[in-house]
Amino acid sequence: MRLRRSASPQSAGMAQPTTYWLWVVPVIFLVIFYLLPVGSIFELAGRTALTEGLDFNLWQKIIRPLGFTIWQAGLSTLFTLLIGLPAAYLFARFEFAGKGFLRVLSTLPFILPTVVVAASFNALLGPNGWLNQLLMTVFQIDTAPIQVLNSLWAIILAHVFYNTSVIIRVVGSAWEQLDPRLEQAARVMGASPFRALREVTIPLLRPAIYSAALLVFLFDFTSFGVVLLLGGPRFSTLEVEIYIQTLQMLNLPLAGLLSLVQLGCTLVLTFAYSRLNQKKNIPLPPRVRGEGKRAPRGGWEKGFVSLGILVLVILLVSPLIALGLRSILWLDGSRAGTNQGGGFTLLYYRALFENPRQSIFYVAPVEAIRNSIIYAASTVGITLVLGFLIAYALKKRSSFNRWMDGLLMLPLGTSAVTLGLGFILVFQDPYLGKSNFPWMVPVAHSLVALPFMVRTLQPAISSIPESYRQAAAVMGASPLRVWLEVDLPILSRAVVVGCVFAFTISLGEFGATTFLSRPEYPTMPVAIFAFLSKPGALNYGQALAMATILMSVCALGIWVVEKLQISDQRNF
Amino acid sequence: MKKQYKLIWLAMLLLLVLSACTPPVPTEAPELSELTVMTHDSFSVSEDVIAQFEQENQVKVVFLKSGDTGSVLNRAILSKNAPLADVLYGVDNTFLSRALEADIFEPYQSAQLSKVASEFKLDAENRVTPVDYGDVCINYDKAFFAEKGLALPQTLDDLLKPEYKGLLVVENPATSSPGLAFMLATVAEYGQEGFLNYWVALRENEVAVVNDWDTAYYTNFSASTGKGQQPMVVSYGSSPPVEVVYASEPLEDAPTASLVGKNMCFRQIEFVGVLKGAKNPDMAQKFIDFMLSKPFQEDMPLQMFVYPVNPDAQLPDVFIQYAQIPESPARVDPQSIADNREKWIDAWNEMVLK
Repeated sequence: MRLRRSASPQSAGMAQPTTYWLWVVPVIFLVIFYLLPVGSIFELAGRTALTEGLDFNLWQKIIRPLGFTIWQAGLSTLFTLLIGLPAAYLFARFEFAGKGFLRVLSTLPFILPTVVVAASFNALLGPNGWLNQLLMTVFQIDTAPIQVLNSLWAIILAHVFYNTSVIIRVVGSAWEQLDPRLEQAARVMGASPFRALREVTIPLLRPAIYSAALLVFLFDFTSFGVVLLLGGPRFSTLEVEIYIQTLQMLNLPLAGLLSLVQLGCTLVLTFAYSRLNQKKNIPLPPRVRGEGKRAPRGGWEKGFVSLGILVLVILLVSPLIALGLRSILWLDGSRAGTNQGGGFTLLYYRALFENPRQSIFYVAPVEAIRNSIIYAASTVGITLVLGFLIAYALKKRSSFNRWMDGLLMLPLGTSAVTLGLGFILVFQDPYLGKSNFPWMVPVAHSLVALPFMVRTLQPAISSIPESYRQAAAVMGASPLRVWLEVDLPILSRAVVVGCVFAFTISLGEFGATTFLSRPEYPTMPVAIFAFLSKPGALNYGQALAMATILMSVCALGIWVVEKLQISDQRNF
Repeated sequence: MKKQYKLIWLAMLLLLVLSACTPPVPTEAPELSELTVMTHDSFSVSEDVIAQFEQENQVKVVFLKSGDTGSVLNRAILSKNAPLADVLYGVDNTFLSRALEADIFEPYQSAQLSKVASEFKLDAENRVTPVDYGDVCINYDKAFFAEKGLALPQTLDDLLKPEYKGLLVVENPATSSPGLAFMLATVAEYGQEGFLNYWVALRENEVAVVNDWDTAYYTNFSASTGKGQQPMVVSYGSSPPVEVVYASEPLEDAPTASLVGKNMCFRQIEFVGVLKGAKNPDMAQKFIDFMLSKPFQEDMPLQMFVYPVNPDAQLPDVFIQYAQIPESPARVDPQSIADNREKWIDAWNEMVLK
């Protein structure tokens, strides 16, 4: 309900309404759940540094990891854009069979825990992986031709795998709303397709592209699992150093300093971004029904669509298929001491439902799925309310808002370890009451998901021409009705994108959750990690089975959210 | 217009249905006291064993898990002014001195402690009590060595021989606890100065280094499901029996075994202690007695794959059959580990990785 009320004065048709009051709730939320925990960690780190002193090798501990962090994040963002932008065009402008399915599948990488991704990359690309085995048989060679694991390329490949969906979703939804007639007009006036793209489409999409690139860069910048597991020990980012200093060396002062450096970089980046984006968006009549979409015509277009689908399937879908396949294949069939050959089995799924050792920490799969979904739904709820408030507040262009805009991105640049420890430090009882629902987990997830929600809602809101609202108001619509019938339908696509991100971020998050989760409420990633930390084919198989279930639940969730939007649109 | 509401109603309905899924708060008899045990993610115990303790003492045991040993200890230190738990279990000998320096434990001498061998008692003031131990050892792929007719390495020096070139995968000591333990084994064997030379030689013999146990075991090790490239991996002495217990189908023999030559394994001892400022200190002491008692000690091997310190506890058959206990495991003084951990890891990092 708060949603509607908050928006109503905004849509009342005033030229420059005061919107600062919209900040009240989000600011309280961020102060309590972000500034307080992170600030207390810095305070503690500073105090310890004063009493114990801070002695370290500046080059080895800060400059080298910082340099590598920026380098790998820049490269990864570049490659992600190279794959993501054509893919966004593909989804925004063409109809083809299996499109909805491919879109859901291309979002799934976003949620997968890195250990699972590492396992499926290894199954595909490892020295004994399927691709190498194929190449070795086909070309009759003895050594594996593809040696990508434990290299910079593995890091970049995994980042592209994880983050292409960000570009597809954020840029693609903006592209879909773009009036195709603008481009057509340019073409009619004699512009080449390339010129129309360069001079009409790209400038109009620029805010969305910057937003998406910033999000991807920040994700790559604070990447932890990918660098640790796929890059191997030769590579170290700031985030990895923070983890090592905090949890292995118990050196809080240095960890605090590293966190500060990381936050500083995030701030510089977001301010650079808001300078780039300073030009006022051009409000254009948005297209809601997606009339720009059509089946590909002619050889060039058909070729582009087929190539695009092929690249997405190879890059984003094949590791998912490898994972699903491995969860139903005998894993130790050809091992010594057993006679059983290969073949399919549901053994690992069946084993999920058994607790042969009577452990009190046994995680029933249904329970893990339920907990994960409850956390994810709560995260969606929190981010939706806060995201709307913030996005409308940001509509007014003022220096205060520009500052807030930058500050909002900070949680994305904050190490999960720092945040998790900060929560423990500030909320001594991290569950806010032992017998209550552990709210801290969705709250922590919301901090990460909120920038996504704001980044997707904000461009959409600023693209709505004020004249629409004024017209509705003149014709006697109440502010609430204006919001429901003008703003909401136009925003529905962006809302869906934001919800999908909040949902997937919550399902897959494992960093801060390790500090906050309770053994009574295990989530799916927690269960996967528990299986993976023990030897034995059965444990490994169960981890893969659980990961496959996680993928399916997520796919189902995204599909439901998208269905809500589509049915809404048809009846519009 | 109605359609817009539909979306909102649907969302609300969804939330309502989901909130109904929240498990009901367990209703307990109010007189039941509560004992909170803080521990790491690998902790596990059988339902009936813990139920027996709860029944005998009229107490409800609540477990608080927070990541690996490092994060648990961090959490306990950060919250020491208002402790979150009564008991902390899981500090090992590599973190012991750090925990004692932080002064988070209250001394307690369990009556059961007299049975425990003195090699496990590392704190003279009994602020912490040893519960279990395990050895970090190199596991090898039996089939690989049999097929190639290769002799097994008997010492750390043997690993430098050309026939074992590129056959070993280890974990990074900065990010992995078995990795740290194995590095400490080399410190015990070659001394504070010499161990780096050993690692340089090992690097020349193409040792593979990865960041965590999962990757080493499941991706690089040839005897696991990953069927990787290296037939030797730094893992645990208890991994071979676990392979048998958690096989997809019954195995006639363990596919792996451990190398247990002198100083090739590092012994990790895990401790429990009563936290200072505990709300329920008497019950906390009873819980420590319980952890040393036979039922719990006999339950541990198959729950956490560690060895009991209580000599009365019977080991399960699968452990007797497949697990090897090294005769002379490597030992490094906890104080020396606390003083030098960072220095050794940094030096190792520069020598082996850069």
